[in-house]
Amino acid sequence: MTQPKIIVVGGGLAGLMATIRVAESGIPVDLFSIVPVKRSHSVCAQGGINAAKNLKGEGDSTWKHFDDTIYGGDFLANQPLVKGMCEAAPAIIDLLDRMGVMFNRTPEGLLDFRRFGGTLYNRTAFAGATTGQQLLYALDEQVRRFESEDKVKKFEGWTFLSVVLDDGGVCRGICGMDLRTMEIRTFPCDAAIFCTGGIGVVFGRSTNSVVCTGSAQSALFQQGVYYANGEFIQVHPTAIPGEDKCRLMSESARGEGGRVWVPKQAGDKRAGKDIPENERFYFLEDWYPKYGNLVPRDVATRAIHKIVFEMKMGLVGEPAVYLDVTHIPRETLDRKLEGILEIYEKFVGVDPREEPMKVFPAMHYTMGGLWVDNQNQATNVPGIYAAGECEYQYHGANRLGANSLVSCIYGGMLAGPAAVRYARGLESGCENVPGAIFERERVRQQDITDALLNQHKGTENPITIWREMGDIMTENVTVIRYNANLQKTLVKLDELSERFTRINLQDRTQWANQTLNFVRELGNMLILARVITMGALARNETRGAHYKPDFPERDDANWLKTTKASYNDGNIQLEYEPVDTSLLQPRERKYTAKA
Amino acid sequence: MADKTFIVRIKRQQRPDESVRWEEYELRYRPHMNVIICLRDIAEKPFTRSGVESTPVSYDANCLEEVCGACAMLINGTARQACTALVDDLEKPIRLEPLTKFPLVRDLVVDRSKMFEDLKRTHCWIPIDGTYDIGEGPRMAPSVQEKGYPLSRCITCGNCLEVCPKVNQRDPFVGAAIVSQVRLFNMHPTGAMHSAERLEALMLPGGIADCDNAQNCVKACPKGIPLTESLAAVNGQVLVHAVKSWLRGE
Ligand SMILES: Cc1cc2nc3c(=O)[nH]c(=O)nc-3n(C[C@H](O)[C@H](O)[C@H](O)COP(=O)(O)OP(=O)(O)OC[C@H]3O[C@@H](n4cnc5c(N)ncnc54)[C@H](O)[C@@H]3O)c2cc1C
Ligand code: SF4
Ligand code: FES
Repeated sequence: MTQPKIIVVGGGLAGLMATIRVAESGIPVDLFSIVPVKRSHSVCAQGGINAAKNLKGEGDSTWKHFDDTIYGGDFLANQPLVKGMCEAAPAIIDLLDRMGVMFNRTPEGLLDFRRFGGTLYNRTAFAGATTGQQLLYALDEQVRRFESEDKVKKFEGWTFLSVVLDDGGVCRGICGMDLRTMEIRTFPCDAAIFCTGGIGVVFGRSTNSVVCTGSAQSALFQQGVYYANGEFIQVHPTAIPGEDKCRLMSESARGEGGRVWVPKQAGDKRAGKDIPENERFYFLEDWYPKYGNLVPRDVATRAIHKIVFEMKMGLVGEPAVYLDVTHIPRETLDRKLEGILEIYEKFVGVDPREEPMKVFPAMHYTMGGLWVDNQNQATNVPGIYAAGECEYQYHGANRLGANSLVSCIYGGMLAGPAAVRYARGLESGCENVPGAIFERERVRQQDITDALLNQHKGTENPITIWREMGDIMTENVTVIRYNANLQKTLVKLDELSERFTRINLQDRTQWANQTLNFVRELGNMLILARVITMGALARNETRGAHYKPDFPERDDANWLKTTKASYNDGNIQLEYEPVDTSLLQPRERKYTAKA
Repeated sequence: MADKTFIVRIKRQQRPDESVRWEEYELRYRPHMNVIICLRDIAEKPFTRSGVESTPVSYDANCLEEVCGACAMLINGTARQACTALVDDLEKPIRLEPLTKFPLVRDLVVDRSKMFEDLKRTHCWIPIDGTYDIGEGPRMAPSVQEKGYPLSRCITCGNCLEVCPKVNQRDPFVGAAIVSQVRLFNMHPTGAMHSAERLEALMLPGGIADCDNAQNCVKACPKGIPLTESLAAVNGQVLVHAVKSWLRGE
């Protein structure tokens, strides 16, 4: 076989790291991304990245990082990979530091660390409050260097539509669409690594970016890749609600001492800053004295829901609570949190250094994703690998803050070399695959597009269908889940899928037609929404972010298992596989203990 | 009571070689709207003010919180990000146009790949030996970090290029953003070992000599990057480098 060919789809942290690892081994990479990779969603990450470097004399260790992660994830994560990630994390930080990330420093010139949710240690390295941006840029620059040496070829402004499978069900290439010319084309490869990020857009409004539709994951699912633990959706406790997106106010605000409260007197009409200290209810500190404001996200989110909806103690006029940093010195705020305070100031028009911020929970992250094995980031389809938020390992039933960036980079580090090993071991490479196999897939995709372009009698608006899907998913499939409502959601998704067949494309041009691309994504989102809802309906227990008041306990006897969804001729089926708990015995998860 | 409405005027062009037309839309006002919400409203009901059916407007956007750089456009004539442009703060009718210093793709979408190419040309990266675990990075004084971090927040939006009188689609001037990135990499302990490559790239046509010191860039930058400071600093580095090379007889 000649030189193997590797394709990476997605250029966030995971995709760029995978690209670097493949290029480093001397094999050229074709890198595909909808947006220029430097504009990937990873830029949004604010607070930081975890690694137990123990530079603060606290006795932190990678084992404690591992324990916090497994415990925080309510024992649903397969343990060996998580342990590997936590052990690799300190070296990952060193690598990023060598790449020039402008991490905050201590007076001695060492890396500074702060505290995040779900841990008692200062374990989070950060670059102001724009850590994801800084990390993404560092990797982007390394990839640009490989690009200048012709080891990486970028296809920015291309969207992935499907994989090319041969008759034996082996991945032999991908099929993509140029978002400018709308040309549909296939690209042969021996292995493809998918790093296509989150799925927030399925929920309408979330903290995610516009391209986080999960469309690629759904397309792969429809071609035979398992989708695992889809029902585990993280709702972040503190975001600014918005009509276009909910803007995150990072956990780092609390890591630096920010406090969450509501007025003791429900209906108190005074401005937050005028309410005296003894008339404030710091409910997280009160209910969870040991972790205080830094309980894990699922716990904080449910607490806010309880305050606002059950106890009716939310702020006047809107479902919200205060996130208060006004007691922190201005200089500290500007040095460590400027990035997020600036977001609040720009979008709300109020200076959070002066007045407490008004926040409310918002859909933020998917713990579930493409199923990958326990060592190589390999999916069940030969030649398809996945890393980053789009796959399901590492976070179990709830992700700890600042653990995603490290899992993305670690996953990319594993996926790159694993794909190379696989490609090198192939008896016969993609160059020997008959052209008809590629042409078959191209025609299948072209037909889907043509059908949309030629449908002239459509009456349904894509944005309307998307809004309705997002609304019902947010209402019924986020913080609190009742089986009756999940069932109603499935009925609604049926209705939307039926209306989708009568979509009016509005734009039939063949040049930079964003509507066409969105409609294709919407079709995939509707299927992913169903996978998430079905998983939630089936799982009759409460675990991590998955909360059912009718089944309020974790049920290890019946549900300590991974959900695996598969797709056969338009039908979604759920099956389960055991979780690898070989290193830590599951124990009760409780954050209420005294300090 | 009838809904409060406002008017948005949009410069549209279906393809680079097709003619320009202006369209007007009347949108329903809600509090906290930004320009992105306006464009989504239009996509949901692409009928102009006079009731003519049109197509959704093409535009770039991703993060919606001014950190990805995608959504730069001219809003009431000013180059800025659409996601942070709040309807409440804008004079009506709101006028939307594509940036003019980059090749047009469609409607409000332009092609800014020039900026990424220039980052390549100027070697804007830290050349590391490899991704293997070879220990910690160089120590860095907090004061250096505090200078470098603001520079590293550049979102490659291109607003500083849009307002620069020296940047156009014919001449090669790299613009302030790239010069500021060169300053960032030259500041880093490892990056500094290779500053000559970057400075030499900036001594070629399109380099720093093209800057006329109009100082528009610094006012246009949404991230408050001290661009004129960067231009002055790199200009100084280039001069020193040129003198040193001359003394060495290179
Ligand atoms: C507001 C916010 C703050 C966060 N803060 C933190 C934090 O402080 N710490 C932390 O650890 N985590 C944080 N997270 C989570 C973290 O940012 C993400 O999980 C992570 O960045 C995902 O990276 P990724 O590489 O998997 O994907 P992304 O960065 O989302 O990249 C996906 C890539 O795939 C491409 N792509 C997608 N679909 C297609 C397709 N069909 N065809 C071609 N290309 C495609 C995109 O163009 C993009 O390049 C935060 C998340 C949000 C929303
Ligand atoms: S320097 Fe400022 S204006 Fe110029 S590209 Fe960067 S962020 Fe945009
Ligand atoms: S959408 Fe990212 S900067 Fe506006």
